[in-house]
Amino acid sequence: MAQQAVGLTAYGAYIPRLRLQRKAVAQANAWIAPNFLGKGKGERSMANWDEDAVTMAVEAARDLLGPDDDRSHVDALYFGSTTMPFKDRLNSGIIAAALTLDENVRAVDVASTQRADTSALMQALAAVKAGEAKSALVLAADHRKTKAVTSQELDFGDGAAAVMIGSDNVIATYLGGASLTIDFIDHFRGDTEEFDYNWEERWIRDEGFAKIVPRAVKAALEKSGVSAGDIKHFVLPCIFGDKFAQQLAKRSGIAPEAARDTLALNCGETGAAHALVMLVHTLQKDAKPGDKVLMLHFGGGCDALIFEVTDKIASQAGKRGVVGSLAARVEETNYLKFLTFNGLVEWEKGMRAEQDKKTALTTLYRNEDMLMGLVGGRCKETGVVQFPRSRISVNPNNHTVDTQEPYKFAERKAKILSWSADFLSFSMNPPNHYGMVVFDEGGRIMMDFTDVETGSVDSGMEVKLVFRIKEFDDKRGFRRYFWKAVPIATSGAKSQTGQAAE
Amino acid sequence: MAAGIKDKVAILGMGCSKFGERWDAGPEDLMVEAYLEAMQDAGIEPTQLDAAWFSTHIDEIGTGKGGTPLSVALRLPNIAVTRVENFCASGSEAFRGAVYAVASGAADIALAVGVEKLKDTGYGGLPVGNMGTLNPQWSPSGSAPGNFAQLASAYRAKHGVSREDLKRAIAHVSVKSHANGAKNPKAHLRNVVTEEQVLNAPMIAEPLGLFDCCGVSDGAAAVIVTTPEIAKAMGKKDIVTVKAMQLSVSNGLESQHNSWDGSYFHTARIAAKKAYKEAGIDNPRDEVSMIEVHDCFSITELVTMEDLFISPEGGAVKDVMDGFYDADGKVPCQIDGGLKCFGHPIGASGLRMAYEMYLQLQGRAGDRQLANPKIGLTHNLGGAPSQNVCSVTIIGAHGA
Repeated sequence: MAQQAVGLTAYGAYIPRLRLQRKAVAQANAWIAPNFLGKGKGERSMANWDEDAVTMAVEAARDLLGPDDDRSHVDALYFGSTTMPFKDRLNSGIIAAALTLDENVRAVDVASTQRADTSALMQALAAVKAGEAKSALVLAADHRKTKAVTSQELDFGDGAAAVMIGSDNVIATYLGGASLTIDFIDHFRGDTEEFDYNWEERWIRDEGFAKIVPRAVKAALEKSGVSAGDIKHFVLPCIFGDKFAQQLAKRSGIAPEAARDTLALNCGETGAAHALVMLVHTLQKDAKPGDKVLMLHFGGGCDALIFEVTDKIASQAGKRGVVGSLAARVEETNYLKFLTFNGLVEWEKGMRAEQDKKTALTTLYRNEDMLMGLVGGRCKETGVVQFPRSRISVNPNNHTVDTQEPYKFAERKAKILSWSADFLSFSMNPPNHYGMVVFDEGGRIMMDFTDVETGSVDSGMEVKLVFRIKEFDDKRGFRRYFWKAVPIATSGAKSQTGQAAE
Repeated sequence: MAAGIKDKVAILGMGCSKFGERWDAGPEDLMVEAYLEAMQDAGIEPTQLDAAWFSTHIDEIGTGKGGTPLSVALRLPNIAVTRVENFCASGSEAFRGAVYAVASGAADIALAVGVEKLKDTGYGGLPVGNMGTLNPQWSPSGSAPGNFAQLASAYRAKHGVSREDLKRAIAHVSVKSHANGAKNPKAHLRNVVTEEQVLNAPMIAEPLGLFDCCGVSDGAAAVIVTTPEIAKAMGKKDIVTVKAMQLSVSNGLESQHNSWDGSYFHTARIAAKKAYKEAGIDNPRDEVSMIEVHDCFSITELVTMEDLFISPEGGAVKDVMDGFYDADGKVPCQIDGGLKCFGHPIGASGLRMAYEMYLQLQGRAGDRQLANPKIGLTHNLGGAPSQNVCSVTIIGAHGA
């Protein structure tokens, strides 16, 4: 009996909207590093101060799942990253809570290498093939910290991507793959270090990529029974330029024009997410049913996976993906803001920032679905929804007791009722915007805004909700997450949003 | 409905410290300053005090918790001291406790003292505090101006007022309070300002500029209450009595239910209605002589004119611009300068409002004395528009 085809069934992606202009960086640093002036082209994605690998992965997953998926089918979650916010606290567990996944989900963090995305993907494929999981969500994100005045700060970008692995409605069938594990140290980050230590690029290119990648390609082709000439898309993150990627493809017998865009010019390399980011970009932009895609990621060796695109690929047309994320961009020319957001400048935050941000873990756990999943309550008798959930309903006409069932707010439509731009309270990105957000189907939450264009906010604007870092507890190395509202610039303002009593 | 508090309790004496940046004084000094003035005004000995209520909001930087700070500072004769706290309406709570004690007959003479020492934080504005362990995990880490400023956005949306028109109206609110405060020797801010100054001041929280925000001040205020009969027996003339004392507290409706539109204070309207009923006032616009409201921010004062049913809904902008609430207007508001200029030492503010009404009713308000006021109303708010406590107290000449 032929084994059921396993492969990708959906994709999603998220690239933060800010795009740091490399020219601004190169010019700011030219006095000390004129050698980087030549790299001052294009832009790199730049996470907001309240984003990390976890929050970006959540956004990529939400893009994949869409607003109407109840998510109960997701039974495995693999998260690849080298910049997980916690060394010991299941980072994929945070993501699972934010996505309100079922508690029975198998959640695994895959870390410590740039090929964490492809390794996570391989684990998910194996789990589904083995029948241990039916819907395995694979997420990868990176928010790599770099020292100022390095080529890395110019080359890197922040971002995340997501794919679902399953056997129904497969958009790209997995044909086979291979892994090479070689302790080739192009860079490393020691346990106590914030930053990578990098070896010479020429050695990495010539002795690393040029020699190791073709071996992984060969192994994957052999395992999958696909011939090199049939590969239509050669997906390999590398920072050595398009020509180098084309040469590598050619060296493996693959047409040089199969080498896909590394997104160096408009995104930067998103670390352990980048093979997945490039794959999603390729599936969105270039891939046709029947095409074979070779996906590679280099790091401590190399992973190689081969997929064949099916006609179900059309089912993903509505996704934001990488193409949509790249289009939703805001140019950032303030290099100092980039440094500040990334903790590279010791700046005076003022006495208001001294407030203790200790998080009561007991309280957090008691209210986990509320705080992590933005789950409120809906009265089974009156239908009134509210946030937070409470034993006695807020409904002024009928304070029913113990009638509330969980009600998810995160994917629902909402508008701004009242707001302010506050210059007094501490903010990493002043002025501090927040206000009352009213949901079209009932309920309201006073909440922080983020990704705001100062001067564009008004009552009546639509918002979307995003999972972000609420506070950093620098004293204890903890960070608190909650949901924030992002005003949608194109939405009409000033309409009256207060609705009649329910 | 209960018979109410009207004319059951009289004010025997009041005191108020100089408000401001009192670098020279700790909270104990401020309490003593207000207390001694009140005791002298009442003409009684400490041994005549049966019980005391003590209000202070921020115990981390002020006096600390409990009733002992008051008892020790004033060397009270080991009587009951109850510390109360209800956000920025704490002073009115202390007042209410003392009034209720006398009205119940449990005490003949009761004292209420409110104090706040805010200028020991090292920075401007109010200290940043946590509301338990759950709230900071989801509520915006905002500020008072950021919370109150939201009234403006919702008010504009509801009543179709342009940003410029509303900004000018709230500027007039502040210009008026500065003019009044300039005449008050105990006020924190005594400078006259122009509308242009207010409009062009640095932004604090859109649309509130610096002059739309009240002073952050140190200060204390005190009241001594008894029954009208005892006051008369002590030979007091021009007796001022409590007519109404109402407190309405949010139950989460505004912050969690979509029936509230964000442009007004749900609690203020409830407290005001109850207070007018308790005091027997049918038409506040005509019957109330003067008001001291919780003008923490200019926009708060503007919408409160409607919440107190003095301006019609949507009509506050016009009344403010017409000078209805100016010192020479029909219902002078913040004749002592208000929170805006007298200052806002949180735990003292409710008592400070009553202090001005009391002085005015007794004809002792100096340069800012109004002609023959009969009924004064104080409105003392705590919290934020979306979740708050609101106190409305009415006092007046005995028999008025």
